[in-house]
Amino acid sequence: MLSAGDKVVLSLMVFIPLAIVLFFVWFPALATVFLSFTTWSGIGGLKAIHADGIQNYHQIATNYPPFVPALEHNVLWLVVFIVFATPLGILIAVLLDQKIRGSRIYQSLIFLPVMLSLALIGIIWELMYSNNYGLINSLIGRNGQTNFIDWLGNPKLNIWAVLVEASWRQVGYVMVLYLAGLKAVDPTLREAATVDGATPWQTFWRVVFPVLRPINVIIVVITVIESLRAFDLVYITNGGTNGLELLSVLVTRNILGQQSRIGFGSSLGVVLLVIALVPIITFLVQQLREEKRR
Amino acid sequence: MTAAASVDSLMTTAPITRRRTSERKHVGSHVFLLIITVLWTAPLLWAMYTSLRPYGETAKYGYLSLPHHLTFSNFRNAWSQADILHYFWNSVIITLPAVVITLGLASCVAYVLSRFSFWFNIPLLIIFVSANLLPPQVIITPLYRIYLTIHVPHFISSSGLLYNSYAGLIVVNTAFQLGFCVFVLSNYMKTIPNEITEAALVDGASVWTRYWKLTLPLCRPALAALATLLTTWIYNDFFWAITLISSGNKRPITSALANLQGQYFTNQNLLAAGALITAVPTLLVYVLLQKQFIAGLSLGSSKG
Repeated sequence: MLSAGDKVVLSLMVFIPLAIVLFFVWFPALATVFLSFTTWSGIGGLKAIHADGIQNYHQIATNYPPFVPALEHNVLWLVVFIVFATPLGILIAVLLDQKIRGSRIYQSLIFLPVMLSLALIGIIWELMYSNNYGLINSLIGRNGQTNFIDWLGNPKLNIWAVLVEASWRQVGYVMVLYLAGLKAVDPTLREAATVDGATPWQTFWRVVFPVLRPINVIIVVITVIESLRAFDLVYITNGGTNGLELLSVLVTRNILGQQSRIGFGSSLGVVLLVIALVPIITFLVQQLREEKRR
Repeated sequence: MTAAASVDSLMTTAPITRRRTSERKHVGSHVFLLIITVLWTAPLLWAMYTSLRPYGETAKYGYLSLPHHLTFSNFRNAWSQADILHYFWNSVIITLPAVVITLGLASCVAYVLSRFSFWFNIPLLIIFVSANLLPPQVIITPLYRIYLTIHVPHFISSSGLLYNSYAGLIVVNTAFQLGFCVFVLSNYMKTIPNEITEAALVDGASVWTRYWKLTLPLCRPALAALATLLTTWIYNDFFWAITLISSGNKRPITSALANLQGQYFTNQNLLAAGALITAVPTLLVYVLLQKQFIAGLSLGSSKG
C-alpha cells in the first residue's frame, strides 16, 4: 500500500519530533529520578556522580527547613485555586452564558489578565501593593511612613497577596474554557429541563454539569498543574524567599545558586514529579476513555 | 376603535415588556459581573494611570490624586534607558522560529496519528501530551547540565554551547509545546473527512503530498489559533529564559523584566511605563486576535 518513499517520509514525520521530545523532556525527567539517588556538584563530569541511596530524601524530610513551608505553600495555592479561583471562573462563565446584555464586554475585560505574562502581572500588582504608593494602602489610608501594611514583605501576608495575583489570572482562564464548554451543550437538553419545570439552578447541576464532565476533568487537571508550576510570580516578587517559598523555587535554587547540588535538587524535582503524575494520569485516563467512545 | 387600539398597543408592547422582565431577572448577575469587572480592571488601569503621570507630580501630591499633567515621557524614558528594543528583538528571535518549528513538527505527528492506525498511535500520543503537562521544574536540573554539555557550532551560539543561546531556548520551548499542538491538531484532523485524502490516494499522491497539499491547508483555522496561542505563551515565558540564559543582554523581554525592574525603573512611574511597554505585543494580540486565542484554548479543552 505504502511505497518505500512514503515509509521513509512517515518515519521521519514521527521520528524527528519524537526524538526532540524524548531527548529534551523525557530523558531529563528520567535523569531527575536517577540523579535524586546520587550526589553530584556538577564539577568533574559524569564520573563524579556518586550513588547516595535515599540520603537526599532523608535530608529533605529531616534537615531542610524550607521544604515544609514550600510544600504548605503549594498546597495552599492548590486549595485557593480549587475553592476560590476555579469556582469563581465557572460561576462567571455560567452567568455570561445566560446571554445577558454586554456579556462580551464583561468577558473581554475579565479575560485580559490571561494574556499577560506572570512576570508582568507580578509588577502590575507591586504597583497595587506598594507600601507608600500602592493603590490598596492609599485607599484604606494605611500608606503613611509608619502605619503602612507591608503586603508583599510580611511573611505572613505575602503568600495571600500573591495568591490574589494568581487568582486574578486563573479566574479568566477557567471562565473562557468553561464558556466554550457551555456553548457546546445541546440547547434542547436545557429546553427539555425547563419544560419539565426545572429551576435554572436544578438545570445546571442536574443536566448541564454532568454533560460537561470532560471539561470539568480538564479544568481540575489545569488547576492542579498550574498550582504545581507556580514560579514566576513569587520569583519576580522576591525570588521566592521570606514567606514565598515554593517547591519549584527550591528546585531552581539548587542550580542557580552559588553551590549547585544536582542530586539534592533532583530529589526535590522528584517530589514535584510524583505529585504531578496524579493530574497527568487523570487526564490521560479521561482522554483514552473519550478515544474509545468515538 | 378603542378596543382595536388597545389590542394593537398590547401586541407592540408585549415583546418589549418580556425583554424587560428578562433583563430585570438578570439584575443580580449584572451587579455581580460589574463588581468583578471593576475589580479585575483596576490593577491595569492603575498601572496605566501611574505610567502617564510625571514623577514630580506624584511625589508632590501622592499617587492617589487627581492629575495635573498627563505625559508619555515615562514611556520615552523607559524605552531609551532600558534599551527595550534590544530585548524585544531577543523575544522575536526566539518566539518566531519556535512557533513555526513547533507547528511544523506537531502537524507531522498529528497527521500520522489521525490518518493511520499504527499500534504505536496511543503510546505516541501519551508521550507527547504528558510531556506538555509536566511542571518545567521537574526536568530543569538535568536539562541545565545537558545544556552545558551540548556543543553547537559558533554561528548558532556564540558561547559554543546550547546553554545561554537563543537556539537553546527555541529548542526547549518547541519540545515543551509540541505535546499540546499534537493533541489539538490530531483531534482537528480527525474531524476532516477521510474522503478528501482517499480521492488523492486513487490519484496516487504520495504521503507528503497528502499531508502538505491536502491536509494542512484544511487545518488553517486550527493552525492560526495555535500560532496565536503559542506566540503569546512563548513570548510570556519566564522560567526557561531565567534558568537557561545567563547573560542579561541575551534574555527575551519578559524575563529581562526581572533585571530591568531594579536597574533602570527607579520609580513607580517608570516601572509602570516599562512594564506596560512589554505588554504591548500581547495587548495587540488581545485586541486583534482575541477570538483566535480563545479558539486555541477551547480546541485544547473540548476535543475537536
